[in-house]
Amino acid sequence: MRELTYREALSEAMAEEMERDESVFLMGEEVGVYNGAYKVSRGFLDRFGPQRVVDTPISEAGFAGIGIGAAMVGLRPIIEFMTFNFAILALDQILNTAAKTYYMSGGQIPIPIVFRGPTGAALQLAAQHSQAVETQYTHSPGIKVVTPGTPADAKGLLKAAIRDDDPVVVLEGELLYNVKGEVPEGEHIVPLGVAEVKREGSDVSIITHGKMVHVALQAAARLAKDQISAEVLDLRSLRPLDVDAILTTVAKTNRVVYLEEGWPLAGVGAEIVNIIQEEAFDELDAPVLRVTQADVPMPYAKNLEQLAKPSAQRVVDACNRVLYR
Amino acid sequence: MAKSRTSLRSGLETADLPRPPKSLGGLSREALLDFLKEMLLSRRFEEAAEEAYAIGKIGGFCHLYIGQEAVGVGAIRAIRPDDYVITAYREHAQAINKGISPRAVMAELFGRSTGCSGGKGGSMHLFDASVNFMGGYAIVGGHVPLAAGFGWAIKYRGEDRVCLCFLGDAAVNQGSFHETLNMAAVWKLPVVYVVENNEYGMGTAYARVSTLPIFERACSYDIPSTAVDGQDVVAVHTAVREYAERARRGEGPSLIEARTYRYKGHSMSDPVHGVYRSKEEVEDRMSHADPIVLLRSRMEAVGLIDQATMDALDNEVRAVVADAVKFADASPVADPSQLYTHVYHSLDVHGRLFLDRMNRSAAKVSEGVGRGVGGGEARGGVGANRKDS
Ligand SMILES: Cc1ncc(C[n+]2csc(CCOP(=O)(O)OP(=O)(O)O)c2C)c(N)n1
Ligand SMILES: [Mg+2]
Repeated sequence: MRELTYREALSEAMAEEMERDESVFLMGEEVGVYNGAYKVSRGFLDRFGPQRVVDTPISEAGFAGIGIGAAMVGLRPIIEFMTFNFAILALDQILNTAAKTYYMSGGQIPIPIVFRGPTGAALQLAAQHSQAVETQYTHSPGIKVVTPGTPADAKGLLKAAIRDDDPVVVLEGELLYNVKGEVPEGEHIVPLGVAEVKREGSDVSIITHGKMVHVALQAAARLAKDQISAEVLDLRSLRPLDVDAILTTVAKTNRVVYLEEGWPLAGVGAEIVNIIQEEAFDELDAPVLRVTQADVPMPYAKNLEQLAKPSAQRVVDACNRVLYR
Repeated sequence: MAKSRTSLRSGLETADLPRPPKSLGGLSREALLDFLKEMLLSRRFEEAAEEAYAIGKIGGFCHLYIGQEAVGVGAIRAIRPDDYVITAYREHAQAINKGISPRAVMAELFGRSTGCSGGKGGSMHLFDASVNFMGGYAIVGGHVPLAAGFGWAIKYRGEDRVCLCFLGDAAVNQGSFHETLNMAAVWKLPVVYVVENNEYGMGTAYARVSTLPIFERACSYDIPSTAVDGQDVVAVHTAVREYAERARRGEGPSLIEARTYRYKGHSMSDPVHGVYRSKEEVEDRMSHADPIVLLRSRMEAVGLIDQATMDALDNEVRAVVADAVKFADASPVADPSQLYTHVYHSLDVHGRLFLDRMNRSAAKVSEGVGRGVGGGEARGGVGANRKDS
């Protein structure tokens, strides 16, 4: 199969959906003339024109709301945030309007919109450009959240998100855009709510999502050198959540480490741990451990940043602990 | 040079503004009687809501429109049925003006399944997409970009509709207002913003927290704007009609500041007068600038209405309101099965959408009948979610 970068996979997903459905359009900062801050929409302006590839002023709340309004009357906007750090300015629109209007209207007004862009830390961008925001969106009923970690999932999940009739937040990884991988051509859809085992194993399960899939795979490779067989389960979608897949891997290995980029308190992992203790208590041979970002704003200094981020070594250490080694 | 607050305040009261003459705008007797009747209906409806609130039939926050009827009626009568209306939480009357039945509005206030939002929205969130009433919203300023989004979609599809967006004087100090006006101007979106300046946002007088009159603030975005006497239904109607036609011609957004006054407290818990405005002020406004009295007396002066006609109109709307209350009261409460419906429209085949135990134990949520688009219904339960759209 041909290889694409994560960036190209996202780009292909959007282009295919824009070709397929005239009501799909892209709006955001720098998406047109500049070809996208991360070049995901390279060439789109020429290909689709300014009506469907819309450069906005720096007004996150405003253009998020305009997108939501357009979706309320039947268009299918893709709103690109330069990064999700800036989408914090649009949280009112996403959480108060997009998440609630279908409900408040008694089911009259669905909102088929995609909010997408990178989340989490890159390299030395410091506190205001490094936040992992999964928790803020997964917390709200009315919103769906997906976190593609590979090029194939990027294409498949984005296409599914664009076709979904609800608001879907697509959290990409800033450091993933250049990652290469095999991506099926044409109609490749990854349905929301389906996790994937990215590496089979039998001794311990590393459950994770998004960019951290790669850290989990590195950790699993290191553990393999010590004859420990780690399974890596990539949730891919945080709401809907593939609880069956979680319970299946727990039943298989009886030991779990949850790895995520965000902070621990009320993080995604906190909920996963809760589900496991509630629904698979008897399967566990050890407490579930979490590996998260240090519970501090992201520091700039290279050495401090490394300390703050979850690393393969910390995942290995956590796996050893749940294995009582 | 910056104006002092005092000069702004007096400026607001005496400004030399482009006001249409206090006329009947060349409208037919029929049209004027319709305005009068609709304003009366709005008022009687709110009086009934106030009563129902007092005896606990309506809960939560409830904001009455009494005193401001000319704005809703004048503006909504100036647009077409296929045009959109979107507004804030003081919207009972506007919902009726746009074509939602008083029955469905009252039932919504009562939290009943027959309400226009199925009992899920309440007083602040009335919706009926079938008459293009796109909702009441309770985050001050939050709906302003949505109106531009409707405008965006209208332009995208090459339609000749417009969107009318009502907002309060307090909303013009929100970032969402400024961000949106800028984009609406840049993209020439067909939206008419009608700011209902009732002088207060809760207890804060506009002039205490602003330096420029509202309509002048549109100048920053090169959006045409005007201030009109919001108690004069004909003036509101004339201004909105003109700006709506302009938007329909593709000439972009506009803003109208309608100067009005709320007779009641901010919401049911706020007294009519007290700490932020005096009894004298309220009484003065009520006696000099009542929108219903103004229109009626102008019509009387030229022999277009007599006492008998007025009485007949009033009796007619009172009957409509009494019927609405009776209907609401007799309607079933919202069915418990509706708790989990309409959270999502696409109910995924895979994974869990709802993470609480309650939904999982109430797994057999019945398949009620949904209103509106697609009628998507959630079926709760582990792995029981299903796509039905
Ligand atoms: C973002 C936000 N901040 C504060 C409030 C609380 N609040 C509710 S109504 C209101 C006043 C709004 O006044 P205005 O826009 O003039 O409308 P009016 O009530 O006069 O119709 C405030 C501050 C809110 N609902 N939303
Ligand atoms: Mg006000």
